[in-house]
Formats: sequence, C-alpha cells, structure tokens
Amino acid sequence: MAAFGSLSLLIALALAAYNLLAGAVALRLLATGQPAPISPERLADTARRAGIAGFVAVSAAAFALIWSVFADDFSITYIMEHSNRALPAAYKFSALWSGQEGSLLLWAWLLGIYGFVLRLTHKRDVKLYAYAGVIMAGIQVFFLAVLNFAAPPFALFRGAVPEDGNGLNPLLQYPEMVIHPPMLYLGYVGFSVPFAFALGALMMRYPGEKWIKITRIWTLVTWLFLTFGIFLGMHWAYAVLGWGGYWGWDPVENASFMPWLTGTAFLHSVMMQEKKGMMKSWNVWLIFSTFLLTMLGTLLTRAGLVSSVHAFAQSTIGTWFVTFMIVVLAVCIFTYVLNRSHLKSDQQLESLVSRESSFLFNNLVLLTACFVILWGTLFPILSEYVVGNKVTVGAPFYNRVAVPIGLFLLFLTGVGPLLPWRNTSLKSIKRNFVLPTVMLWATVIVCLAVGVRPWKDGAVDQGSFYALIGFALSAAVFTAILSEFLRGAGVISKQTGRNIFSSIYLLTRRNTRRYGGYIIHIGVVIIVIGLAGAAFNRSQEQELALHDKLAIGPYVLENVGFTEDSNLNYNSEYAQLDVYKGGKKLFQMTPEKRVYLASGQPQTMVAIHSVPGWDLYVVYEGTNPDTQQPIIKAYLNPLVGWIWAGVALIFFGTVVALVPSLSPATAALRVPARTAPAEPALKGGHE
Amino acid sequence: MRNSLHMGFWIKGAQALALAAAVCFSLGATDTGSRYNDLNHRLMCTCGCAQILGECNHVGCTSSKQELDELRTYLAAGMNDQDILGKFAAKYGATVLAAPTTQGFDLVAWIAPFAVFAAALLGTILLVRRWTVGKKEAAAQAQISDPATKALREQIRRETGADGGY
Repeated sequence: MAAFGSLSLLIALALAAYNLLAGAVALRLLATGQPAPISPERLADTARRAGIAGFVAVSAAAFALIWSVFADDFSITYIMEHSNRALPAAYKFSALWSGQEGSLLLWAWLLGIYGFVLRLTHKRDVKLYAYAGVIMAGIQVFFLAVLNFAAPPFALFRGAVPEDGNGLNPLLQYPEMVIHPPMLYLGYVGFSVPFAFALGALMMRYPGEKWIKITRIWTLVTWLFLTFGIFLGMHWAYAVLGWGGYWGWDPVENASFMPWLTGTAFLHSVMMQEKKGMMKSWNVWLIFSTFLLTMLGTLLTRAGLVSSVHAFAQSTIGTWFVTFMIVVLAVCIFTYVLNRSHLKSDQQLESLVSRESSFLFNNLVLLTACFVILWGTLFPILSEYVVGNKVTVGAPFYNRVAVPIGLFLLFLTGVGPLLPWRNTSLKSIKRNFVLPTVMLWATVIVCLAVGVRPWKDGAVDQGSFYALIGFALSAAVFTAILSEFLRGAGVISKQTGRNIFSSIYLLTRRNTRRYGGYIIHIGVVIIVIGLAGAAFNRSQEQELALHDKLAIGPYVLENVGFTEDSNLNYNSEYAQLDVYKGGKKLFQMTPEKRVYLASGQPQTMVAIHSVPGWDLYVVYEGTNPDTQQPIIKAYLNPLVGWIWAGVALIFFGTVVALVPSLSPATAALRVPARTAPAEPALKGGHE
Repeated sequence: MRNSLHMGFWIKGAQALALAAAVCFSLGATDTGSRYNDLNHRLMCTCGCAQILGECNHVGCTSSKQELDELRTYLAAGMNDQDILGKFAAKYGATVLAAPTTQGFDLVAWIAPFAVFAAALLGTILLVRRWTVGKKEAAAQAQISDPATKALREQIRRETGADGGY
C-alpha cells in the first residue's frame, strides 16, 4: 500500500503540473490569439480533465494512508508514529491529520475536492473557471511537491518493523478532534477558491462583478467551515486541556483567527463592490491577504518559528512555505500592478455617516484586529532579531489591546445596520438610535444593580469593566437588529394581515442575505455575552478524601469514591463526586485522568455540567504524592454555554444567507398586492 | 448646519473613545489579594507548559509552586509590581513575563497597534471626506434643480436601493 500511495502522489503531481502548464499555455494562446497546432480550447479542456484526474490520484493516496492506518501497517513511519493497534476506529481516521505529512496530504486532498467541484461546474463561465482552475493547480503543485519531496507520508520505517505503533497523541483522542481539524482545513483550503477566482478575474480583466457572485457561496461556506473549526477548537481546549478556559491566544490559535478576520472583512466589503462598484482593489487585496494568512498559519504550525502547544516538530518545510508565499505575493503584486486600471471604482461615497462608511470602518477595525494579532504573534521573533531578547506575548497583551478593538467592532455591528445607504439625516439617526441607546444604559444600570462592579478598591477592574461594556453593547446591538426585523415585519403584517412571526419569516425569505447576516450578528452578540461571562469565573482547588466536601457557588461536591479502570488503549483514574444544591443531590460527576499505554502520556478528561447560567467544570488533577488523596479543582464558569449557542445561531444565519431570496415574482405571488409597493426598509434602504 | 452637526457627532464620538482608551490604560489592582491574582496572571509558568502562572494546572508542577511562593514572598516584603516583575525577569529571563514590558524595544509592541489603528482611522476619515467633498462639488456643478428631474432621481434612488444586499 505504501508503494501505491507514493505512486498516486507522484501521478497526482504530474497531473497537477500538466494542468498548470497546459492550462497556462492555453489561456495565453487565447489571450494573444496566436496560432497553435492544437486549439487553445481543446488544450484548456485537457488541462481541466487532468485536474479532475489529479483529484482521483490524490484521493487514492489519502485512501492508501487511511487503509494503512486501519491495517496497522507499521512499516510506514507515519503510521508507526501516529497510531497503534488498540486505537479506536474513529481515532484511526484522526491519524490522517495528527502529523505533519498526513495533514499536508489532507490539505492536498481537500484542495483536490474543491478543485474537482470547480472543474465540474466550469460551464457557468468557461474562461473564468479555466483561469481559476489553473491557479488552483498551481497551489496543488506546491502541496504535492512538498508531499513528494519534503514530507512524504509513505516513507518506510528503517530497521525492524515494530510490533505496535507509538499511538495517537492523547490530546487528539477526543470526539471533537475527529471533526475539528478537517473543519479548520476545509476553511483554510476553501479560501484558495475565492483567491483563485479573484486572481483569475484580475488576470483576464474580467468585466463586471460576476466573479464575486460566483464565489459568494464558496466564500460563505468556507467562512462557515473556518468559524466552526475555530469554535470546535475552543470547545476542545475547554473540555480537554483542563485549565477552565477556551482561548489562550496561542500562536496557532491566532493563526486560524487571522484569516477569519480578513475573510469576515471581505464578506462585508464585497457587498460594497456588488452594490456600488466600490472598493474593488481593496477586495482583491483582502482575498489575497486571506489566502496568504492561511499559508502563514500553516507555516507557523510547521516551521517551529514560534513556540506553541499545537506546533508540529520543527522541520525544513518552513523554507518551502516561505518560498511559496513569496512567489504567490510576487504574482499577486505583478498582476495587480499590470491590471490595476481595471479596478477603478465606479462610484464614491456621499456621506461620512452612511452604511458605506460603516463598512469601511468595519473593515478598518477587522484589519486592525488582524494586525494586532499578527503583531503579537510575530513580536517575539522581531524582538529576538532586533535586541536579541525573546519575549512572551500572551493573554495580558491581547486582553489589553485586542479586547477594546473587539468591543468597538461590536459597536459597529449595531450601528451599521441602522445607517441607510448613501446618506443619512440627523432625524433618522435619532429615530434609529434612541431605543438601542436606552437599552444600553438600562443594561448598565441593571448590571450595576445586580453586582457587576467595574472597579475594585479604587481601581478599575479590567475583566468586570470589559464585561460591563460587553453586556451593554450586546443589549444595544441586539435591540438594533431586533428593531430592524420588527420594523420590516410590521410593514408586511400591515400589508398582508399576517401575524408577526409569519411576517418575519417572509421578510427573511425576501432578502435572505441581509436577514441571514442579521441572524449571524445576533449569534455574535450571544457569543460576546458568553465571553464576557469569563470575567466572573470562580475556582476552588481542594484535596478531597472520601466524603470530604468542596463548595463552589450554589453547589457542594462530595467525594464518594475514587477508582481506577483500564482498557487496551489507556488506564484511567477518576473521582466520583456527588453534586448537591440546596442540600439536594442532583447528579454525579466523574472527572478523569488517563494514561495512554502506547505513548505513556497522561490526559485530563474534564467533567462538565452545563446550564444556561454557568458551567460547573470539574478537573481531577491526580493524587497528592504525599497523602495519596485525589486533588479536585472545580470551576464555576458563567455563561459559557452562550458561546456554543451563539455559534449554532451563526450556522443557522449562514444557511439562511445561502438560501436564494424569493424572486420579486415569487414574492408577489405570496403577498397579495393590496397596497402600494413595500417600504424602502424592506428593500435594503431606510430613507 | 447639517455639516456642523455631523462634525459634532464625530467629535463627541472621538471624545468618548479617548475616554474609554484612557480608562483601559488605567486598569490595575491595588490590594494584596488582587495584586497576587493580577501578578500571577502577568507571569508565565516556566515548566514549559506555555500557560499563565496562575492557570498552570499540572499536579506537582514544581515550577509554578516555586514561582507562586516567590511571588507571595515579594508581596509580603512590600515590593511594588514593577520591582516584582523585574525580579522574575532577572531570575527566569524575559520570557517569564506574559506580556512585553513598557520599556525599551518592548514599548514598540504596545505602541504599534494603536499607532496603526490611529493612522488607519485618520486615513479612512480623510479618504471618506475627500470622496464626499468631490461628490458634492460634482453635484453642485451639475445643478440639477428641475422638479421633474428631482422626481426622477428620487424614483431611481428608491429603485436602485431595492436590490437586496446587506
């Protein structure tokens, strides 16, 4: 199987190289009109077919690796290092992305899948798809070259083949780890598609904004995958690492967050291009940057440039990635300089206070946040280079710099939808902003009344202060978005006699993109409320002998047992804790500590009881070596569940935004035309 | 009149932002318990776990226990925050500090994000103002005052604003 896998990768590389070269020649011939022994159209089609065949070849290689994992073929070094016989079947799939070579193969495979779909749907716009397909092939050539020459996944083990493998990293032996990396990779790799379309459209000086409409679904789906991937990673960190948090500003977490920020900026500013023909250069560079940031993230993970709990072992493939990024940047700059006249904006802004401006400021804040994170991630390297002194840039830096920027972004999330396109009047500002402002101050008063104190002992308490602002802004933004829904639904209700819920449904169907976007914003608001809850986390650590009790918040935990278990994969110790509230027993929690047999590495399995108000989060930290008694650390983490609920809402909102809006004809069929045309508010404007 | 109202709106907004920024920079803790908690979140555990000292959760981690004991000793001795952080940096190296200091080259880490944000904000405002002024001048030159044309423009405005989108 190793030979089959290696051969498949070699064939895939040859096919991708043919796709790139033949496609590029064909497009050049088409552009110049030069005579050729073969018609450019036919040559381009052979290139496209080579791309499809390349997908089959890289799929065969991925299949070979998965087969080898399930067959316990420890003659392959990668399998020996990342699997073992007793590994459960679901985690054997995880072996595909648990190491450098496998994860690069996953990347190439996903790129192949995206390319396959793109090439199958080429009839939508043959020429543009041909350009995009060639650019995708260029990216694929790079990854397949790395897989064939720098990080071969089918390299054979030198010496006697061991009886069993080293096993999968215990951190990855968790259900979410079966889906978190593929989601993240689907997001990373997916941005290759809008990048390829943007670069291709610029190369061919594609007329109009159709390429944006074509890539919209790709971009949204990719963004959703990346969002999901990031939040699954957060949940995994929360449930497995056992430190009570979900985001540690680790360089690799940051690396996934940066393309998300620029991708989010692109999703917003691209609407300016579609509606107004503005920000064309900006959008092109946003998508270029997003793609380059996905590469940078991969570089950070693999080159050992920064220390991280996620980083793979230091290797030489960093040089490959740096070279590739330089080549991509050079191609982007060259293409842009050559064709920048094609990106001249059709219109200009009419007012500083308008929705167009709010998009500009939204982009400004998102990109500043991206810069802050990039700066913080790379500053240790810079510092070492400039003054020879490596420093740590951890959570305190980001909390002080990035959190205020995030809150400002939340503010814009509320303001943007309230501003009309083109221009606005003071009257409309007053009308639209009164209710959110009232809600903002009402929330501040309520928070203060229930005991949120943004100051302590004469000084401002950072966590509570940010939490107070977060709660207040969330209330204001939620009110602003809700009022948008109600205002539109009210008009429909008046016109058609439908009830308010039915009217909201119809309103959303009429403009799924706009109202789907609003649902996503509500999801963001809910996430912010969840994040703000972290300011009020409590924890209690205690050595618990049998029948000892630990009190935290409204709960009392009693140790009723401390036991051990084992299976073929790991040995485990766990505590049995009865949980009481108000003297009444509610349930039992069993926080666990495992030691995996193959690797000998320990792993925490946290017990979490989640209710809307808080999470009771219990960690079994092991036994005290002096007393042999279990040590339990319990956390009461307010509002954590809101974060995951917010993500679910973002998923729902994105799906809504992907559904086509009712066409005017269909909408007319569904709404009896009793009155004059609907108010401008329903159609995307306010005034 | 309308312009001055707009400017007033933005000036007030800028004042509110400046006040918020000033408050953010004044954040800090005073009593010993809070200082202990604050400081152990400004230091890293040196065992290699890459965790904040106050959040290191390894049972029997000798590094975090030793560091926390040192922190308590320094606080009991009445040392101020800067001196305590300095002591840790001198003993364990600069990487023990969870964030760059505000001295020397480290200061660049703190200044750059705000400088970039301020420059980008200013640039955006100037760009928007230049665009809007250019637009108004063009509109003034056109001098469309005919009522029929105005009605037509209003109709076009309504219709072009109705094609969905955000």
